[in-house]
Amino acid sequence: MITVRFFAGLREQLGRDTLELPSTATTVRAVWARATDQAPVPTHLLAAVNLEYADFDTPVADGDEVAFFPPVTGGAA
Amino acid sequence: MIVGLRETAFAPWPLLADAAQAMDAAERAGCGANDAFIGTMRAGGGATRVVRLQLEHYPGMTERMLMRIATDTGARWPIRQLVLVHRVGEVLPGETLIVAAAWSAHRDAAFAACRHLVETVKHQAPFWKREFRADGSAAWVTANTPARM
Repeated sequence: MITVRFFAGLREQLGRDTLELPSTATTVRAVWARATDQAPVPTHLLAAVNLEYADFDTPVADGDEVAFFPPVTGGAA
Repeated sequence: MIVGLRETAFAPWPLLADAAQAMDAAERAGCGANDAFIGTMRAGGGATRVVRLQLEHYPGMTERMLMRIATDTGARWPIRQLVLVHRVGEVLPGETLIVAAAWSAHRDAAFAACRHLVETVKHQAPFWKREFRADGSAAWVTANTPARM
């Protein structure tokens, strides 16, 4: 299985924070398509695989955690 | 190094004192410069005055990124000690959001390392801010300022 997580505004838009997918999706792009029922990719969407930033062609394997989130806005003014 | 997250309001100054104290006497004596940055929540004004912030993050990835930013900064500049602590959760105006500090023999390295900590956290660490405003509205902060590095 692949664990998929969504954060911040994206989590609210999709109405879920996590889901499990069978490990048939082999790239981040394929995970997004499976997890969101082929939703268009939001502008500036970021992704991570196993807690490291990843691009959409990064390979994904059984047991991986894939996260999608908007641009980050930490720190101070 | 003092690196990590705080889930409740915290005072920045004791962190700086603890970090200085953690160096041995010779290390402390070798530091001619300590640059510290404290970022606090700003309320702004008018109807869109922000009454509180929600700081969401990606547990696990956030701590890993903070540690990497701290380690990379230590490798890039000749610093003797650093602090990198970020707040998460519900934050009120005036409360501390981030503390970054660097100790070095000379000021150039301390200034540069401290600025690097702040700017890199802002643009790389997985934090997201949601503003709750005086008029009852709430919105995720979507625009980050360009990196000034």
